[in-house]
Amino acid sequence: MNGAGRVLSTLAGIVYAMILAPIVVVVALAFSADDFIVFPPSGYSFRWFQALAGNGPLLDALLLSAQIACVVTALSLLLGVPAALALNKGSFPGREALQGFFLAPLLLPTLIIGLALLLFFTPLHLTATLPGLVLGHMIVTLPFVIRMMTTAFSTLPDDIEAAAATLGATPWRVVRRVTLPLAAPGLVACGALSFLLSFDETVISLFIAGPRASTLPVEMVRYVEGRTDPMVAALSVVLIAATLLVVILVERLVGVARAVGN
Amino acid sequence: MTDALHPLAAERPALPRGRRLPLPLLVLPAALFVLAVYVWPTLGLFRTAFNEVGPTGAMVEAWSLQTTREVFADSFTAELTLNSLWLSLVATALALALSYPVALFLFRTRSRFRGLLAVVAIMPMLVSGVVRIFGWLAILGDRGLVNGIAQWLGLISTPMRLVFNWTGVTIGLAESIMPYMILALLAGFGRLDRTLEEAARSLGATPLRCFLRVTLPLSLPAIALAAGLGFVLSMSSYITPRLMGGGRIFVLATEIYEQATTNTNWPVAAVLAIYTLVLLLALAVVARLAARRLQR
Repeated sequence: MNGAGRVLSTLAGIVYAMILAPIVVVVALAFSADDFIVFPPSGYSFRWFQALAGNGPLLDALLLSAQIACVVTALSLLLGVPAALALNKGSFPGREALQGFFLAPLLLPTLIIGLALLLFFTPLHLTATLPGLVLGHMIVTLPFVIRMMTTAFSTLPDDIEAAAATLGATPWRVVRRVTLPLAAPGLVACGALSFLLSFDETVISLFIAGPRASTLPVEMVRYVEGRTDPMVAALSVVLIAATLLVVILVERLVGVARAVGN
Repeated sequence: MTDALHPLAAERPALPRGRRLPLPLLVLPAALFVLAVYVWPTLGLFRTAFNEVGPTGAMVEAWSLQTTREVFADSFTAELTLNSLWLSLVATALALALSYPVALFLFRTRSRFRGLLAVVAIMPMLVSGVVRIFGWLAILGDRGLVNGIAQWLGLISTPMRLVFNWTGVTIGLAESIMPYMILALLAGFGRLDRTLEEAARSLGATPLRCFLRVTLPLSLPAIALAAGLGFVLSMSSYITPRLMGGGRIFVLATEIYEQATTNTNWPVAAVLAIYTLVLLLALAVVARLAARRLQR
């Protein structure tokens, strides 16, 4: 018995077609010339991309989402990387418990976290504000950063750090000049993931966003609910392209960083 | 080497293993953040469940089970629970039936493109949920792909209603949990011993019999874990029921959101949220126990 066999491959192929169908349909629909969601479209055009370029609320939301994702990424790395470093370098009692504590936010569904934040933020007037949305997204991104960076640090070779320390470098200097540069690929990947997680975050944002500050996924939900035209498809194509760009960029950057590291 | 020369070297660890890095200082900011923005609000959610709703609809600070009693006295809660459980059950079964061949294929294939195929299988995870739901609306809608084909073939004269009802929500939900279930199944297949299958085949079992009597029983623990995961994810999914249901589908998740935002009835939202959490916890325990029992 070699490989997957014909029956299994065929079955898997059918399911693959199902998995890809929504994405293929969205891409085709983005170039539709129709006024409504009709598939297959009766004609093709760029009109929905043009309409998108003139849609103020969606573009504002896109800008705000990008801003939030940048701040969330910076702060998550700022808080998460030192914590991951300590978890990795330290051997103190309660290390495991602390690690579990940092990953705890991943246990609750975002629906529950969103509700808890709504109740918490409302008296503090943090709902529908940029700081509020940033804090909300960080609950999702910070555990990921800490988990990914703990793994990244643990795969680094010890001997270079040991050599630096033996040669008289202070611990801070070892971290700054040896550990972090060695972990650069992990940092880049971690930052990109954090950005994408924040940019895509929908449920928590639905609870704590408002008319004054609304993120792109929230606006997309509202748009899909209210209207039935292919504009969201055009926007989706832009988003899918941007996601691919980030992934390819990271691949390149990490590849380059690895080459430099070697 | 240097240890022998340096009198203090013996007392110093060879690696800068934290001794002199201010570890608490490194952990503190992140720990404070999790405490302030996660632990404290979650405790607040539990606290809110004991508050009452006044006659004007405003929240009244209290330490009572009044709201809990009201929520469970309402027959709508039972209906929501059944809706949530039934939807999750059907979506999980559908997703399992579709995920299993893909996971087994990925586990067995010797293709050069295995890595790429694995990424494509979990691609829905990488694309925004709203985008995928929009795609499903275009496929299943009145003037969508499925109705178009069915009408062209002359199978139906008027469009079938496939969205904004349970059918649409079930399909959308099944698709959204599939990547996670494929990953869970793949992780579980690690225990699958190919030599047992080869023995069955060489002893004359047909491929189907070999699958039913060897492969499937051996992968039962993986199935239990994947099903448990899919069920829990379905129960707590909110966007899919809301968008694919078009406001006509009522499950626990949609009701929690409705009570929290439109009705601003926080105590009821909190009670429903905790109730959902308890259900999820029970389900996770059942799946874990089932997986462990099946492993023996």
